[in-house]
Amino acid sequence: MIKTDILIIGAGPTGLFTVFEAGLLKLKCHLIDALPQPGGQCSEIYPKKPIYDIPAYPEILAGDLTEKLLEQIASFQPGFTLGERAETIEKLEDDTFIVTTNKGTKHHAPVIAIAGGLGSFEPRKPPIPNIAEFENSGVEYIIRDPEIYRNKKVVIAGGGDSALDWAIFLTNVASEVSLVHRRNEFRGALDSVEKVQELKNTGKIKLITPAEVKEIHGKDHLTGVSIILNKNETIHLEADHFIPLFGLSPKLGPIGNWGLEIEKNAIKVNNALDYQTNIPGIYAIGDVNTYPGKLKLILCGFHEATLMCQSAYKRIYPNKKYVMKYTTVGGVEGFDGTKKEAPKAVVKKIE
Amino acid sequence: MTDITIKITDRNGALHEVLVPTDMAMNIMEVIRSYELVPEGTIGVCGGMAMCASCQCYIKSDHELPEMGSDEDLMLAEAFYVEDNSRLSCQIPITVKLNGLEIELAPES
Repeated sequence: MIKTDILIIGAGPTGLFTVFEAGLLKLKCHLIDALPQPGGQCSEIYPKKPIYDIPAYPEILAGDLTEKLLEQIASFQPGFTLGERAETIEKLEDDTFIVTTNKGTKHHAPVIAIAGGLGSFEPRKPPIPNIAEFENSGVEYIIRDPEIYRNKKVVIAGGGDSALDWAIFLTNVASEVSLVHRRNEFRGALDSVEKVQELKNTGKIKLITPAEVKEIHGKDHLTGVSIILNKNETIHLEADHFIPLFGLSPKLGPIGNWGLEIEKNAIKVNNALDYQTNIPGIYAIGDVNTYPGKLKLILCGFHEATLMCQSAYKRIYPNKKYVMKYTTVGGVEGFDGTKKEAPKAVVKKIE
Repeated sequence: MTDITIKITDRNGALHEVLVPTDMAMNIMEVIRSYELVPEGTIGVCGGMAMCASCQCYIKSDHELPEMGSDEDLMLAEAFYVEDNSRLSCQIPITVKLNGLEIELAPES
């Protein structure tokens, strides 16, 4: 069981900044995120795109914002459960919570901060009628263990970086790699596109474009796919695995069943006070919450996280006196023993 | 400033005739959101960067539209339920020329 003071669900910018504000109050944080890396949408959807409304940054790339936030919170040593989705919540008699992920990892905390953005990222599944029947027997939307493809025939579909990168990687593992895409052009990084070109030329990747996988076949396990080529020709391809890589889309998911008040796919909170939900001890901050006048902006998430941490402190230490200190005055004392503080002015006597 | 009218068929097949200002630098995805014609969180997920295809629509009238950029083209190449008249509504800015435009939203995916 992982124990912490504030359990943050969602490791996007708002969730990451919460670690900093909590750290100033000496509260420890642990983050859960369905994605394998921190940053949320900033790292998953638009890492190379600029953001212009982060105060004091006239322009910053979303990926760089994530990096900077991780650097800012490093000394508060946050824990991470990545690649797992928060599934269930249980309130104990002492008003603390246990959150369990889809992989069974348990987390225990007195305060829950849901910073879930638009929800957890789930793979986009192509509309092939019987695809669900093969989800445990030959169709994978996410590659977790490349070894299962050793000496197998693999068909990958998609035109972005993950389709290109995995096609390249699996040429050294699988016996046959086919890449199916609806265009001849690919959206991925230039060097990946060039690498695929090279592997195509040497016969290591079978490139099938412009084409689309329309049917999948098999009895107990996938045995092949039918592909429409050039919009009119149907070809059949033998395969052991079909890996559709069409990106991820966020879904509110299991959090929607936690008994929280939901409005317009977002969690209602008390914005007059502390961004607490209808369940005391569970807060919702950033894009995942809603209240009159809500704006889904990163900078608003930062503000909400800051106020929420003050309330969390009072919940955890109801009898402790506390007064907010400027970081310039109090410095930043990490949990790793480091301390950042403003240099003392040099005093020199005039003779 | 002139308002224009756009006819939007939502994902449940209901037709909405909406008034749209032409001086607010809006695109069609934002119009759909502002009228809340689909649940929040199911459209414009990427915010309008042509990076998610959650705002895909079918163009039903023969209005002249801005040409498709390569971002939009390649995103549609990875979207589902794509037809010849598919566009990403976030890539179509509102102009006076679009008066009377008819569109239908593609299914959620």
